Amino acid sequence: MLVGGVDVGSTQTKAVVMDDQRRVLGRSLIDTGGIITAAAENAFQQACTEVGIARSEVAYVVGTGYGRYNVTFGDTQVTEISCHARGGQYLFPNTRTVLDIGGQDTKAIKIGAEGQVLDFCMNDKCAAGTGRFLGAAAMALDIPLGELGPLALVARNPVRITTTCTVFAETEIINWLARGKKVEDVLMGVHQAIATRSISLLRRVGVEDEVTFTGGVTRNIAMVQILEELLETHLNVSEEAHYMGAIGASLFALEKAMAGAAGAVEALSVGAQLDATRALGGDCAICPELPDRKARDGKRALNKPQLIQVGGQREVARR
Amino acid sequence: MIKVVGIDVGATYTKAVVLDERRQIVGQSMIKTGFNLAGAAERGYAEVLDAAGLGEEEVDYVASTGYGRYVVPMRDIQITELTCHGKGAFFLYPNTRTVLDVGGQTVKAIKLDERGKVRSFRLNDKCAAGTGAFLEKTARYMGLDPAEIGSLAMVSKAPVTISSVCAVFAESEVINHLTSGTLPEDIMYGAVLSLAGRAHQLMKRVGMEPEFTFSGGMSRNEAFVKAIKHELGAPVNVPDGDLGHFNGALGASLLALDRVHKLQAAGEWSGRSRRVAQGIVA
Repeated sequence: MLVGGVDVGSTQTKAVVMDDQRRVLGRSLIDTGGIITAAAENAFQQACTEVGIARSEVAYVVGTGYGRYNVTFGDTQVTEISCHARGGQYLFPNTRTVLDIGGQDTKAIKIGAEGQVLDFCMNDKCAAGTGRFLGAAAMALDIPLGELGPLALVARNPVRITTTCTVFAETEIINWLARGKKVEDVLMGVHQAIATRSISLLRRVGVEDEVTFTGGVTRNIAMVQILEELLETHLNVSEEAHYMGAIGASLFALEKAMAGAAGAVEALSVGAQLDATRALGGDCAICPELPDRKARDGKRALNKPQLIQVGGQREVARR
Repeated sequence: MIKVVGIDVGATYTKAVVLDERRQIVGQSMIKTGFNLAGAAERGYAEVLDAAGLGEEEVDYVASTGYGRYVVPMRDIQITELTCHGKGAFFLYPNTRTVLDVGGQTVKAIKLDERGKVRSFRLNDKCAAGTGAFLEKTARYMGLDPAEIGSLAMVSKAPVTISSVCAVFAESEVINHLTSGTLPEDIMYGAVLSLAGRAHQLMKRVGMEPEFTFSGGMSRNEAFVKAIKHELGAPVNVPDGDLGHFNGALGASLLALDRVHKLQAAGEWSGRSRRVAQGIVA
């Protein structure tokens, strides 16, 4: 029996075909583009072609990712959180923490020994700390995405990017260059900024070994290195990791096809959690530096009063 | 007669005002800040003196404010923009208790006491989504000139809801709306309403009290003024013409004048010869 998993990300769509021995037989990766249903179709078709089978031979298909409801041919949907947890455990069985940095979101997931989700934290509201921030830097510096990592690694005196917002960072990058800083030093600063933000997300669920790093940003060698240094631990990274969501989805498909509703039950409960998290809304559910977050956390003393200069007199104010 | 200059080096524009002893504005200038903050301050200063028909030696005191206030070469004093905005707004509208200032890269909500002193404030300079940059980005995503934002948004009849809270992620949302046939003006006014909503949040957090005075570059945007009045459901003081944009510079110049008066009262004022002695003026 064959099953499929299709992970429709905001930037790229990944599809996997798996057999009932949990072996990945075929895979494909394409840009999502504007027509999400077409991306899902094409990715799945390509994966089937690679295996040399007709689509009808695939017994069960699970859609996941931001565009999972656009997998019109899918039998069911499972959240990307569940799929990444399951896929992480498949690729690296000792995984306890998953960090996924994608094109438009960053997720930190704490998982149990069976690959079940214990806790998660996600930023899909703010481009800072996601792959998009790197993309914006690449645009501002006019460097292809693939060259960012190697170039950043030759930096000797990295600058400190102080702006949080991706929009403002573009200005800051140009500003640094105008002041004569080297491209690699600016670039390294950008990488460090993203790493720092990802780690603050990760710490909210707790960092427990082994840590598996997934998502498109894993292909950036500098990012892997910086994260390992800052976390003081080894990161599981593999070429296959890019397909982790799709692999997780196909594992759910296999479970569903063989044993019934077990997978879907877990997926639903996590899905409800995820939706609840999203429904919280607010300005910024993730970033401790942004106003709304501060307002909410004010009582938790996260927000220490700072001394600032006002009109020549020192005045205590909340900033 | 005493003449002072207030110069506000903002992230987007550098504004300068010349004030005389009667608190009359006798010259103003505005230029793009660009990357060289000190250079922008120099040019803004030269332009405002031209506008006032003054020579450099005729200026008694210069107060700088804004994001670039520490790099203004000819300054006698630097003052935070919060104090300056409070001062300016209180001068224009003496019953002001809450100032909302929306600029290109910063939003401030400032609460004043009955004497115009800053009691508390909230500011967002971290996230573009709450600032004028959000509208600028939205306009650019649609291939529009940011100068068209106000007039375009004013003709909107059915604004859409922009749910993205990030100026970067809003791009996909804007494109989605465009491809599904939404009119650009409805997207634009949707973005304006979203920004007004965020400004309102900031004002709530500062514990706003009427009267409200609105300043900053966005106070010149008629659509945003309409949106903020709608959002607050209360009257809002909006300075005429481009005066709201000069509020920080105006406040700085008023504080410069206060400073001169204080020095005079203390018998420490040595006139502009002091500026010469200190090498501020050749």
